[in-house]
Amino acid sequence: MSYLSLPELTRSLWKVWFRNKDVFMKTFMVNFIPSFIQPLLYLFAFGFGVGNSIDLMDGVSYIRFIAPALIAVGIMEASFFECTFASYVRMYYQKTFEAIIATPLSIEEVIAGELLWGATKSVVNTIIMLPIFAFFGIIDFPSSLLLIPFSFLAGLLFAAIGMCFTAISPSIDTLNYPTFLFITPMFLFSGTFFSLSLMPDAIRYFALAALPLTHVVIIIRSLTLTRLDPFLYISFVWIIIATLIFFVLSINLMKKRLIV
Amino acid sequence: MIEAEALEKRYGGFIAVDKISFKVKEGEVFGFLGPNGAGKTTTMKMIQCVSPKDFGKLEVFGMDVSTDQRKIKGLLGVMPQENNLDPDFSVYQNLLIYSRYFNIPQRKAENIIEELLDFVMLNEKKDTLTTLLSGGMKRRLLLARALLNNPRLLVLDEPTVGMDPQARHLIWDKVKKLRSQGNTIVLSTHYLEEAQRLCDRLVIMDNGKILVEGKPLELIKEYIGTEIVEAENNPAALSCLEKTSSKFEVVGDTIHVYTDEPQRVMNALLKECDFGKVIVRRATLEDVFLKFTGRKMRD
Repeated sequence: MSYLSLPELTRSLWKVWFRNKDVFMKTFMVNFIPSFIQPLLYLFAFGFGVGNSIDLMDGVSYIRFIAPALIAVGIMEASFFECTFASYVRMYYQKTFEAIIATPLSIEEVIAGELLWGATKSVVNTIIMLPIFAFFGIIDFPSSLLLIPFSFLAGLLFAAIGMCFTAISPSIDTLNYPTFLFITPMFLFSGTFFSLSLMPDAIRYFALAALPLTHVVIIIRSLTLTRLDPFLYISFVWIIIATLIFFVLSINLMKKRLIV
Repeated sequence: MIEAEALEKRYGGFIAVDKISFKVKEGEVFGFLGPNGAGKTTTMKMIQCVSPKDFGKLEVFGMDVSTDQRKIKGLLGVMPQENNLDPDFSVYQNLLIYSRYFNIPQRKAENIIEELLDFVMLNEKKDTLTTLLSGGMKRRLLLARALLNNPRLLVLDEPTVGMDPQARHLIWDKVKKLRSQGNTIVLSTHYLEEAQRLCDRLVIMDNGKILVEGKPLELIKEYIGTEIVEAENNPAALSCLEKTSSKFEVVGDTIHVYTDEPQRVMNALLKECDFGKVIVRRATLEDVFLKFTGRKMRD
């Protein structure tokens, strides 16, 4: 079995999505609050704290510079954590996947449903954040409305990357490694809180080549500032290709882990 | 219903199921017995199409498990060994959400669920979260869930593991009821009393192989006899027994004498061999099981 063999999927995979949605809706208020509070905390800490000592970053006020980064980080965290820790619990502790594959659904469909659900969590996160940023007047409309569909694509990318780690993680504790060695560096070095042009060339090239969040930030910043980044199209293609690869890879890795 | 020929499954170099052949007929209860690691669950998982076979033939409903998984799984009901109910949902929601996986329309599913909750006597608990159910209730709910799609074949993996006698008898009643309605059932169990009560036919497995196959009572009769006389093991008794033509076996500090005429044997032993304590009991499937799989501990 190859790591990149194309999965056979049917519409049944949405039933897995619906199962997760039903759980989510039961605890909607609990799920809603962190998505709401976190960007506010960052805005106050960085916007008013750091922002007051910085005039302009890349030609815009600091708060307008970091607003798109906060949305991008929200997208990344929502789907990545959904498809790592939450999926791991469903797979290993709750045996939810095992229960579902005893029905006509296949393991490929279960994982694909999980990935689509992870992407949906990113969309929900963005929908909750947009009004907050709109209220402070730090993102442009209507271009920022495109963030909603874009969140699904970017969310799917981080969901698929997360699912790859879930598939190879020997225990739920080892999922802390990708969190600290992958998510945290991306949080800091993807052109999020300071412009990539301030970094040494080596780090800048690394961020562009290997850190998915860099490309997500480039696209989101182009939309919230209504300002075309020269990298915009390259970033979009980068994200599409990476999403396809990790989507297929994560399904095959999970199949390898669960079907023995 | 099920036909296996030279079916084989390996994990790396370890042979979990070693070229076994068996047939399960429509309407019967067929049991897989064996010590831990015998290959029972692996065989059941191949029947359920969740673990691919490596070699040999395995057909369920006349379809190949390697190519027709989706069709086969749609006609199967599976009660797993380990609880995998959804802890995020109530009893009722568990069944409703599971029914979606079988494409059962919601209206129809609601009717089926009402019936099934009555059948397993969980109607009063329908709004309880499954994490708050007792062990026996969880098993009953798993049985109800396995019946949602009105399966042609029911697969029960250790259906009464860890249950108290009351709950176990309830599950047995339900299995018997399902059987009387013409359902075909495949089950695996460690409990030989359970197998003897429920199974029309069974196989005893060990180390991935089928050691013996047959009907419970016929197996007992063929390999053990109807009764067993148990006596204390001492050298005098042993040498005395060797002079008679009895079929016997030494098990730790007891001697088992296999016979169809317990009264005669017991009297003879008491008179001629000067035995201290003698017990007569009916031979059970457990005696057949231990005869074939030995008394060595497994894990």
